[in-house]
Amino acid sequence: MIQLDNLALARSGRTILHGLSATLQPGAIHVVLGPNGTGKTTLLRAMAGDLPLAGGAITHGEHSRGAQAPGRRVLEAWRRDFAYMPQDCSTEVSLSVLEVVVLGNLGQIGLRLDDAQLQRAMEKLSQVGIAHLAGRSIGSLSGGQRQMAFFAQVLMREPKVMLLDEPVSALDLRHQIALLDRVRQETSSRNLVTVVVLHDLNLACQYADNLLVLVDGKLAASGHPGEIVTAELLQSTYGVAVDILKDRQGRPVVQPLSAQAFA
Amino acid sequence: MPSAPMNKPEAVVPTAVERDAIAEHRLRERKRWRNCLLFTLLCGACLVLDIATGPSMLSPWDVLRSLLDIGERPAMTDTIVHDLRLPVALMALAVGASLGAGGAQMQTLLNNPMASPYTLGMAAAAGFGAALSLAFGSFGLGPLIGVPLGAFACSMLAVLFLFALATLRHAGSHTIILGGIAMLFLFQSLLSLVQFLSSPELSQQILFWLFGNLGKATWTTLGITAGVTLLCCVILMGDAWKLAALSLGETRAVSLGVNIRVLRLKILILVAVMTATATSFVGVIGFVGLVSPHIARMMVGEDQRFLLPLSAICGAFMLSAASVLSKSIVPGALFPIGIVTAIVGVPFLLWLIFAPQRGRS
Repeated sequence: MIQLDNLALARSGRTILHGLSATLQPGAIHVVLGPNGTGKTTLLRAMAGDLPLAGGAITHGEHSRGAQAPGRRVLEAWRRDFAYMPQDCSTEVSLSVLEVVVLGNLGQIGLRLDDAQLQRAMEKLSQVGIAHLAGRSIGSLSGGQRQMAFFAQVLMREPKVMLLDEPVSALDLRHQIALLDRVRQETSSRNLVTVVVLHDLNLACQYADNLLVLVDGKLAASGHPGEIVTAELLQSTYGVAVDILKDRQGRPVVQPLSAQAFA
Repeated sequence: MPSAPMNKPEAVVPTAVERDAIAEHRLRERKRWRNCLLFTLLCGACLVLDIATGPSMLSPWDVLRSLLDIGERPAMTDTIVHDLRLPVALMALAVGASLGAGGAQMQTLLNNPMASPYTLGMAAAAGFGAALSLAFGSFGLGPLIGVPLGAFACSMLAVLFLFALATLRHAGSHTIILGGIAMLFLFQSLLSLVQFLSSPELSQQILFWLFGNLGKATWTTLGITAGVTLLCCVILMGDAWKLAALSLGETRAVSLGVNIRVLRLKILILVAVMTATATSFVGVIGFVGLVSPHIARMMVGEDQRFLLPLSAICGAFMLSAASVLSKSIVPGALFPIGIVTAIVGVPFLLWLIFAPQRGRS
């Protein structure tokens, strides 16, 4: 379980997020929504331990981090439990996909890669559905294929907390569903705390067990999508009028209305 | 090739695709080993040629026989090979290896193909230090100790500045590169100033040092250079995977558990010690540190386990070849090796840039 307690985050002196409190249960997918520039990435990076906190505290198990910069050992122990997948998947490096996935296990690999490690990396690639790309250079892949390769790298870490920053932004419909299904399966089978930033409201409603809606650096709403997603919330969050429909499971489906609809 | 099913359950038995991919990976590794071996053999061949060329030309076979201590050879050969030319020829390999490995580490660390100890001002600083030492009569230590010491100290001074930059929280690799280039200009101007203020004879001496000269090598300086280079490379190998992670971008490397600031400082100091040692004994030699990592990367990709050693081997080969050239362009005369590496290096670099990208990794 991760506890965010009155969290405040700043980037180059400017406060981005403040007063953020939330409890993130394991075995559940927590989706962070919000307009561009509201600090979704900052939140993920702060949780991963990349950025210092400006105030408040984050508690994960028996570890706790406050505004005071943690020592190197504490931070290393903290990071071991986390896998953070950055939004930017561009790279031109000439490493094979298999090598990139193996790097997910950075702390444990020696100069010689043994068969067991390669085998495990191949399993992760199979789970993501790109085992056939293992020998290709990561730089030669399409954006979507790279995204899946980096997701396999996250799985390779076998983390307790998975932080995914827009993991499906470059994927086609089939692969979006495949990747998020895998996220859901890993989350429940390994009892992970999973936090995903998504921009697609419908995917968010479909996969989230818990939605966190960030607006203007504050938590505007949180809870199960079926309970909190309303036309008013989305209107105030994005400044766009929407209709909310229901799918066959009763999950909300968001239909944005163009400005002309009012005319 | 068949694509694996999307949501299959946890695999225990490897599928055919998985087995093939692993076998393919092993094949790639073997190919990288072969490339390393190939260039090591080239180095060996170059070493023999390097020993054979000189004011009195020897037959490569006689050199080989003398080195391996087998068979008959002319009486003078052993003296020329072992006492005169072997330390110099081995120095070419050691210095080349040190510059090549240093360049590869800097390029990966700063994620910039133009980074090398030379372009980051370490060589210019060494030149200034040597000039200063020559101008002040080697600080009373004798030129054999005073000049390398001055070069080494100034080189470290330049690196200290890069260090300070690297410890800043928000310093990206661009900051460090710009800082290095600033150092390059600063020390070049200071060097010109020393030359401007000094007598023609002294200026001549400084110029001669700057050209780079392997002939100054002795068994002692060779031992120090080779020892330091080997030690630094062994330590650097320990961070091979961390550097590979860094090549995927800083954010991702951090998320994989790399402490970038610590890694940067560690690699900067190791590279600085290694290349400053080499430079302080033989003078300024450019281009080897810049080009040999590029050759190595074309053959083994960004796999740092192979990139570091192969860059060192390529560097050793290039400098040894340059040494042969420097002695054979004008028969009987010794061209300064620093001039040869740059003149041969530039067309070679251009060829690398414009040659079509071949199958990498």
